[in-house]
Amino acid sequence: MLVMKGIVKQFPGVRALDGVDLDVRAGEVHCLLGQNGAGKSTLIKVLAGVHQPDAGTIAFNDAEVRPGSPIDAIRLGFATIYQELDLVDGLSVAENIFLGHEHARFGFVNRAAARRAAREVLERLGHGEISPSAEVGRLSPAAKQVVSMARALSHDARLIIMDEPSAALAHDEVANLFRIIRELTAQGVAVVYISHRLEEIREIGDRVTVLKDGRTVAVGLSARDTPTSQIVSLMTGRNVEYVFPAKADRAPGDEVLRVEGLSSPGVFSDVSFTVRAGEIVGLAGLVGSGRSEILEAVYGARPATGRVVLDGQEVRRSVVGTVRHGMGLAPEERKAQALLLDQSVTANITLGSLPGFARFGWLDRKHEREEAKRLAEMLDIRPPDPERPIRTLSGGNQQKAVLARWLLGSRKLLLLDEPTRGVDVGARAELYAVIRNLAEEGIGVLLVSSEVPEVLGLADRVLVLREGTVIHEGDAAGLDEHGVLDMIMNGRAA
Amino acid sequence: MSEPTKAQTLSAAGGGGPSRRGIPGLGSLGGVGEMRHLGLLGALALLVVVGLVTRPENFATASNLVSILSLAATIGVITVGATFVIIGGGIDLSVGAVMALASVWATTVATQSYGPVTMAICAMLVGTGAGLVNGLLIAYGRLVPFIATLAMLVAARGLAQRMSDRKTQIIDADNTAVVELSTTRVLGIPLLVYIFALVVVLGWVVLNRTTFGRRTYAVGGNPEAARLAGIDVRRHTMLLYALSGLCCGIAAILIMARTTTGSSTHGDLYELDAIAAVIIGGTLLTGGRGTIMGSILGLLIFTLITNLFILNGLNTSDQLIAKGLIIVAAVLLQRRNLKERAP
Repeated sequence: MLVMKGIVKQFPGVRALDGVDLDVRAGEVHCLLGQNGAGKSTLIKVLAGVHQPDAGTIAFNDAEVRPGSPIDAIRLGFATIYQELDLVDGLSVAENIFLGHEHARFGFVNRAAARRAAREVLERLGHGEISPSAEVGRLSPAAKQVVSMARALSHDARLIIMDEPSAALAHDEVANLFRIIRELTAQGVAVVYISHRLEEIREIGDRVTVLKDGRTVAVGLSARDTPTSQIVSLMTGRNVEYVFPAKADRAPGDEVLRVEGLSSPGVFSDVSFTVRAGEIVGLAGLVGSGRSEILEAVYGARPATGRVVLDGQEVRRSVVGTVRHGMGLAPEERKAQALLLDQSVTANITLGSLPGFARFGWLDRKHEREEAKRLAEMLDIRPPDPERPIRTLSGGNQQKAVLARWLLGSRKLLLLDEPTRGVDVGARAELYAVIRNLAEEGIGVLLVSSEVPEVLGLADRVLVLREGTVIHEGDAAGLDEHGVLDMIMNGRAA
Repeated sequence: MSEPTKAQTLSAAGGGGPSRRGIPGLGSLGGVGEMRHLGLLGALALLVVVGLVTRPENFATASNLVSILSLAATIGVITVGATFVIIGGGIDLSVGAVMALASVWATTVATQSYGPVTMAICAMLVGTGAGLVNGLLIAYGRLVPFIATLAMLVAARGLAQRMSDRKTQIIDADNTAVVELSTTRVLGIPLLVYIFALVVVLGWVVLNRTTFGRRTYAVGGNPEAARLAGIDVRRHTMLLYALSGLCCGIAAILIMARTTTGSSTHGDLYELDAIAAVIIGGTLLTGGRGTIMGSILGLLIFTLITNLFILNGLNTSDQLIAKGLIIVAAVLLQRRNLKERAP
């Protein structure tokens, strides 16, 4: 029914799709698998009309199509249910279902007709109990999912794309989701299903396409009969060679961080671990496994219960307190959470330790510039002019500046969330070396990355997270990518 | 798995909005800001030429220049505070009303009985107190700045009316020291203009040479980054509004000196003039970028227009229309400048 051939999509600095083929038949559940960054989301957005491919063809029912906008895609009969549900919380269920194609005449919405039609669609989905006039913001995640699905159906979709639909659902709700999917496929609707949970794919899927580094590496595998090991090895074994610095040859020092029973309801529960001086501890897990949230909780930026002890002292649970105690965080979204894009490299580096450059609030700008210059040289930030606006630097150099921020003052623990996101391969190796050097100098490092090889290559010890709990803890040397992925996706502790 | 697309959204967000570069006062980054100031200076020069051509006999006189500066002084002090608040990502609509309240409180019979120094301190305390209330509501009560300060605008004006019984309170003969700020001249310039200049200099120093100023840019430019860098964003936000209130208190002293009264009607619509001056001066309403000098130049442009209209005997309604056009023109020009400089 749908045939995509040689789809290429280039973004500045990264080739997100590099020749993807996909072939979906009517009435099947076609699963799309791949690691973070393999290009799944981009592929979906091409189908949804959000991105236009730079090359390649899309044929739908034997006719070539080119969804140039989300409206085009909907008219073609493609409906997309995104990972983060795109509903308007303040509107009613019926209004959300018919958003953009209201039952209207001369601009006036026929609310009674909309409610009737909404009820029909909801009943067809087996959820007649959801009132069309209820406010969407008050519904449970599962009910919201149903509303999203109802919206897709209201468009008379022939192809429904679901991006991790089960991520927000409890177990019994997943069963209901599968029932709805089966009814849809029985009516000839095709479903493209994305999930990281292999057991789901075995249950609901018909065929599997595997993406790796923006390319299709396997087409139309049987979802039920293909062995897990084959699927995992298709997803791994990447082409990009990472260059990691040698690991510490001496034993780590004293304990820097002790986390005990850290919990945040619905996000992660009972997480306990330690980080020692000079040690890099990696957290491996999927998006939504709680890895970034644990980092934020340790840093005091997110409320949680449990104890966080830094250097033998229980820390006050606020960022102001943890920074004073000697923690530093390089957050996941560099531009949104770490950088003052308008300001100079210097101002960005000294932001975390301004009191150290001031007497009675008066900034010693000469000292500031000297320190920034010293760090810029030490980390080899290029161009080596710390007075430049930081927005003119490349991603890798911006990231070095964020690291430099926490090399001022006496830091004991660095929390790094996706330190190499959006950083090109060459700069990655440099960042890895910088991070290893920091550890050599006796700083404890807690590292989160969605790229398993990065965690294994850089960390001394690894915690594997799945759905908010630690399912494995061990030396990085004793783990391989294959095994970790297996644990992350299947929930099996090795 | 959404890495490339996320990066894309980010860069799209960065390029889609007004691209911001260069903070004057941060070393070599001053270039862009100086250029922007050049434009404002050019506009100011143009207005001076207009004044010289249309009213050669009384524009360039000492008395006219002094009256322009005296007129600018009161709103000027408020504009300094407003610049801090707006760079810090907020807005303060209550400045005119808080100034009126401070002027009334400082001129009650009871306050006046303690003498001129107490009156001045009273005005500053009332202003700071009102600003602190704004700050607490916004930073810790999580009210939107627009709403919190709108409420303060209405309530402060009401309280000022209640305290003064809607009467104009005249400064009595024992306290003429306050009025002398306006009548005493040093080098031919009234003292209140020196106070204005002092506030501007102090404002510039605090914004450009202290941790407080650096944090103001950080909190306004990227509050999440500021928070994650260990800055107490809420406390800083509160202090910004208190600072704005203090400026209103100082402005109240100046208006008391100029008019010899405290009144609940003082400072009507000053908030609009102050915000307009800040915007014309190139400070972004979204925060994170701006300069004191820009705001003061913007204010002088505004004051000069008022002066030219009065000198030429033109309609005040036309004056308002002209000011409206200037706000739009200034913002459009700045946006064009930004686009040209965008990477």
